[in-house]
Amino acid sequence: MYVTPVDLKYTKSHEWVSEENGLTVIGLTDYAQSALGDIVFINLPEVGDEVTAGEPFSDTESVKAVSDVFSPVTGTVAEVNEDLLDNPALVNESPYEAWLIKVENVTETEDLLNAEEYEAVVAAEEG
Amino acid sequence: MGKYIPATPEERQGMLEAIGLTSTEQLYDVVPASVRVQELHLPSGLSELEVSQKVSALAEANETFRSIFLGAGAYHHYIPAIVKSITSKEEFLTAYTPYQAEISQGVLQSIFEYQTQMCELTGMDVSNASVYDGATAAAEAVLMCQERKRKSVIVSGAADPQVITVIRTYCESRDVPVTVVPAEGCATDPAAIRALLTKETAAVYVQNPNYYGVIEDVAAITNAAHEAGAKMIVGVNPISLGILKTPGEYGADIAVGEGQPLGLPLSFGGPYLGFMTCKSAMMRKLPGRIVGQTTDHQGRRAFVLTLQAREQHIRREKASSNICSNEALCAMTASVYLAAMGPKGLRQVAESSLSHAHYLAAELGKRGFTLRSGDKPFFHEFLTDCPVDPVVLNAKLAEKGILGGLPVDGGILWCCTELNSKAEIDRLVSIVEEVCAQ
Amino acid sequence: MKLLFERSCPGRGSDLLPPCDVPVTQLPADLCRESAPQLPEISEVDLSRHYTELAKQTHGVNDGFYPLGSCTMKYNPRIDEEMAALPGFTNLHPLQSLDTVQGALEVLHTAEQYLCEITGMHAMTFQPAAGAHGEYTGLLLIRKYHQSRGDAARTKILVPDSAHGTNPASATMAGFTVVHVPSNAQGGVDLDALREVAGPDTAGLMLTNPNTVGLFDPNILEITQIVHDAGGLCYYDGANLNAVMGHVRPGDMGFDCVHINLHKTFATPHGGGGPGSGPVGCKAFLADFLPAPRVVEKDGVYALETPAHTMGQVRSFYGNFLVVVKALTYILTLGKEGIPEASAGAVLNANYLMKKLADRYTMSYNTLCMHEFVMSLEPQSHAIGVTAMDIAKRLLDFGIHPPTMYFPLIVHEALMVEPTETESRETLDEAAEIFLKILDEAEKDPEGLHAAPHNTAIGRPDEVAAARNPILRYTAP
Repeated sequence: MYVTPVDLKYTKSHEWVSEENGLTVIGLTDYAQSALGDIVFINLPEVGDEVTAGEPFSDTESVKAVSDVFSPVTGTVAEVNEDLLDNPALVNESPYEAWLIKVENVTETEDLLNAEEYEAVVAAEEG
Repeated sequence: MGKYIPATPEERQGMLEAIGLTSTEQLYDVVPASVRVQELHLPSGLSELEVSQKVSALAEANETFRSIFLGAGAYHHYIPAIVKSITSKEEFLTAYTPYQAEISQGVLQSIFEYQTQMCELTGMDVSNASVYDGATAAAEAVLMCQERKRKSVIVSGAADPQVITVIRTYCESRDVPVTVVPAEGCATDPAAIRALLTKETAAVYVQNPNYYGVIEDVAAITNAAHEAGAKMIVGVNPISLGILKTPGEYGADIAVGEGQPLGLPLSFGGPYLGFMTCKSAMMRKLPGRIVGQTTDHQGRRAFVLTLQAREQHIRREKASSNICSNEALCAMTASVYLAAMGPKGLRQVAESSLSHAHYLAAELGKRGFTLRSGDKPFFHEFLTDCPVDPVVLNAKLAEKGILGGLPVDGGILWCCTELNSKAEIDRLVSIVEEVCAQ
Repeated sequence: MKLLFERSCPGRGSDLLPPCDVPVTQLPADLCRESAPQLPEISEVDLSRHYTELAKQTHGVNDGFYPLGSCTMKYNPRIDEEMAALPGFTNLHPLQSLDTVQGALEVLHTAEQYLCEITGMHAMTFQPAAGAHGEYTGLLLIRKYHQSRGDAARTKILVPDSAHGTNPASATMAGFTVVHVPSNAQGGVDLDALREVAGPDTAGLMLTNPNTVGLFDPNILEITQIVHDAGGLCYYDGANLNAVMGHVRPGDMGFDCVHINLHKTFATPHGGGGPGSGPVGCKAFLADFLPAPRVVEKDGVYALETPAHTMGQVRSFYGNFLVVVKALTYILTLGKEGIPEASAGAVLNANYLMKKLADRYTMSYNTLCMHEFVMSLEPQSHAIGVTAMDIAKRLLDFGIHPPTMYFPLIVHEALMVEPTETESRETLDEAAEIFLKILDEAEKDPEGLHAAPHNTAIGRPDEVAAARNPILRYTAP
């Protein structure tokens, strides 16, 4: 029902993670964007900010809710997807292209899930 | 006889039976017996006639003045008849916050119109739907500017002392350091502000015209703040913006102020109206309700409360402000006032207030009431020396039905508006002359 | 319908002021704005009609039943408005000498005494302009109290998970960290959980009682005791005071300070979102920390005083004074008999309406309620895809303002209904019929309900578009 690319890693809190030129790329999964509904704004950190594994680094706003986005790694924000500031709907439309941040100097990484494990997490939440 | 409760004793009994009870006491069985109230120590209820007499007597125990030369944060302006007539409509009076847009387009549209007018007046991009008063608007503006590495705020000592006090209260609990720069000759020295700016300064707050009526060198202060990477907050008198350069024109980030002069009576201090406008870049940090335009499913224009994810009911402990109820009806009052006045009327109010104040200052100056602000430009207030005890002078004026200016540091802070006609000013001056001669 | 600006025509307007009768002062050009603000230029008749049209598109208490939970939308007596409009109040400058404002000070002093009696408090400030502002002020009292004792460790405020959003937001503003206390199965405070979190870092607890599900917490004395034993103070959020006035007092329940929403409990109108008034009362031991100034009376003369260890000011002057005039007028009218009657009437009306709906709507708690009750559309949502929102929107077609939706957060698909005491039995009967009829419609044609409302000025607005691309002011084409 939800798209879960096999080449990505996942967190239990519904972020996807990939590696790209030594940077850790973080975004929201298809299940996450569906559960959040129409995203109207994303609060993003600034380049140079520190993120901590297991701590929120961003939040997404829908009309009547706000939800934290958690970092699976500890490190420094190297890039921020500024397109999302003007067009947060990109996360709804193509969640695996609409990355949120890229992190460098990663010192710690949470245990990540593979696609199969993550699908099981989603299935459990769906009840 | 009911006190706004329609149910007759028989109906009440029938309703109790319908829910399986026999007495209203049983509704409170859940309350621990040890704390049930036996009887309130209050007077017995009164008929409407008696209440009317009692409260009217309280109103009459106050002395009101036709001729008012007192400002200092609350201003006596003419209120067009249409303003009161519109804002006392029961639909506007008795509605709640417009959560249900489909049956609240009237209130929502009026707020949208208010927001537009406040943006026009201040030259800014975005306005909220109001906060409690000018002082809390200033305090909320300071909190808007908080960044991770920039906390402190520099406040002009020439701002209204009550505004400074409220800023201090709000900042103390958020551990925001506040530095107040003493006023020199009734004005803020841009160099003194520049000297205090650091990498930790989040914002500078200056009032313009300031508490002493002086038109500050806000452009210089704004430049200094921006060069240091701090935000510039200006507190403005909305009437003055009929003439004066706008916060938008001199590059402020946030404009706030007390909206009372826009059609709200003095009312012993409230309800008043805090307005807040800002540059687009700060839109999402703006506290309070904001109304936006959208469409319904048929494509019709519609107005809704928007950007709500900033607010306390969604963001809870992470919200940057706790504001819920605001001053909506006061905002509507300001909006009707501005529409009734129009651009020409507003300019006329500002021009008459300015001119009356300068006429009075000149007349008083001839009689030894020297301007403490020297030759600095001022709007409709000014602080003078007072050759006699200001309290004694005010008492004499009160005997003649005149409310004199505010005693400040041995001098008097005077205010004129369009309501203080030349004849009224001349009468004031002649009485002042008499008192000084005694 | 047109905006004010779309009705504007250059050159129109009214002559409201005489020409300036002294030489016009010219300010240097560099101090003046470059162009006039684009305010509408509009004739008085057009202005008048504009707002008459807006009024027709506004639903107030006077337009129909308004059972908006936690907002206490009772009738706003007209005598209260008339009294607040007396020139002896409206023309009063807040900085006049005290001998000329004795009547106004007596209003504040008398209102303070009456409201302290109703809440079981000893002193009060009227400076807070709304409920949330009152919460903030009350929390600053708690902060000042602990500071005065050198107790810097008390940094946490306990807030039940059923609380209004203002509670945690106010706690943050007052410099505290929020600790959530879970609710028990009856919607009350979970005592074990409370005992677990209450400790040497507890500054205080914020609580509404009755709580946000409309139930009086029978453990209230134990709750306040647990917090006091831990060295914390208890803050009463007066949002739901309309249920218990004259029956039980926050002060007697163990609360140390309280805010009251005059615009809810004491019948002053909401004005489309304000002005309200959120006076804060406290026990004597907190009075020295109250905002300045306070009204004091000596030998029949009223004066202003600065409390010894004041927190400063939370607003200019004395708060929303005219709102206090309205509330005082209301209290004088009701008196010691009418105040408990009003609350009992509110509780009776809520229970009566709940009973009429309980066969078909799922009540969150099957027990007598206080002044409001919460029902859940979760069963309908699962079975037929009809949500609380759908029911609410269909109510609009019948001229009923919907209940509060999706609050409290601990109840899914919540509708929170507060009829108030000023509604008649017929109104409640009619409303019950409409609520039931809508449920019939939902069962027959669930899809149809998603399209509601049908008879309002607009249909459901596109809130996503509004938030994604904010248009927050009119711009001339």
